[in-house]
Amino acid sequence: MAEEAAHDATSYIQHHLTFHAEPVRESGGFWILHYDTIITSLILGVLAFGFLWLVTRKATTGVPSKTQAFVELAIDFVNGQVRSLFHHDYRVVAPIALTVFVWVLFMNMMDLLPVDIMAWIYQDIFHQHAWRGVSTADVNTTFALSLSVFGLMIFYSIKSKGLGGWIKELLGSPFGIRPLWASPLLIAFNLLFNLIEYISKPLSHSLRLYGNMYAGEIIFLLLGLLASSGVWGAFAGGIVHVGWSIFDGFIAILQAYIFMMLTVVYISMAHEHH
Amino acid sequence: MNINLTLLMQAVAFFAFILFTAKFVWPPLMRAIETRQKQIADGLAAGEEGRHNLVNAEKRIAEMLSEAKARATEIVAQDEKLKSDAVDRARTDAEAEANRILAAAKSEIEQEVYRAKEALRGQVAELAVAGASRILRREVDAKAHADLLAEIEKQL
Repeated sequence: MAEEAAHDATSYIQHHLTFHAEPVRESGGFWILHYDTIITSLILGVLAFGFLWLVTRKATTGVPSKTQAFVELAIDFVNGQVRSLFHHDYRVVAPIALTVFVWVLFMNMMDLLPVDIMAWIYQDIFHQHAWRGVSTADVNTTFALSLSVFGLMIFYSIKSKGLGGWIKELLGSPFGIRPLWASPLLIAFNLLFNLIEYISKPLSHSLRLYGNMYAGEIIFLLLGLLASSGVWGAFAGGIVHVGWSIFDGFIAILQAYIFMMLTVVYISMAHEHH
Repeated sequence: MNINLTLLMQAVAFFAFILFTAKFVWPPLMRAIETRQKQIADGLAAGEEGRHNLVNAEKRIAEMLSEAKARATEIVAQDEKLKSDAVDRARTDAEAEANRILAAAKSEIEQEVYRAKEALRGQVAELAVAGASRILRREVDAKAHADLLAEIEKQL
């Protein structure tokens, strides 16, 4: 009985954590697409940016409508954060920050939709047996974002310092290359330090978001299990579910904010000369 | 943790959204915000200027008011002076006129008295002559006694 319940719990969680994965080539491996991640995130992106675009089209310089005021509030918030951190041409970075913030926020917020109702919708309306709604609980999404930021980082680094300057910085800082007799050793250490820095940035950037959202998802699943354990379980599960939803909403916003801020910080650091 | 092609797709989507935001969302909204900020700043400046003008206008009104008051008192004083002058002049005129009338009346009375005296004198002289002639029972030759009559007349 206990074993069966444990098996049910495992299969329940596993079922909810299965991607809708389809190989695009026979070999599989890297050539797999998570359709659920891609489609959900695209729909959310189109909704979010389409909404912003609609507001923009109706934007007036006079007294704004409530919707416009809300969007302007968000934009002004992002703009203020970027300006406080970024002392270069913030006009390039601010739209990137806004995109990251809005998109990640929307994807994170999918976590708040009740897992089992969504599973029922995916199953019975869209006939998808496996479908994960939270795109940021997929490492592919978070790495896609962080590696894109990483690419932008290197792009702006080279753009502001030149290729030579960038390589010089890669080899010459933080320890310098003098005295001359020690320079091979110093260069090796500098390169090592910089490589570690460059690798750790996208890694921590993406895994922080992924870990938070994945954990949030799992806790919702565990609460779902609690709710299925009987009348009292359902009662307690319901109450705790409300509490966790509020907290998870906070996490979703906070993680989106952190992701945006780190994006700005990394791109800002790329502009700075050591 | 299985990295796969999804990553590339998500990165492509990410760049597409960045481009969209940077091209269609950010600039117009930012422009709207900045334009409104400028309008609000202009409005505040205009309000400030209006208040400044109001203060100036009030100051000028106070100045004009005190000036007008001073002028009014001056005019009233001038008017009173004019009035009293006119009264004085009228009084002196009236006095002069009265004196003149009085003098004219006096001289007329004097003339009247003189004329009456003259007439009386003539009549007295006639009476005296008539009396004398009656006393003398004869006609007094008026011609012969003209100088005598004149002398009597003078003595009356």
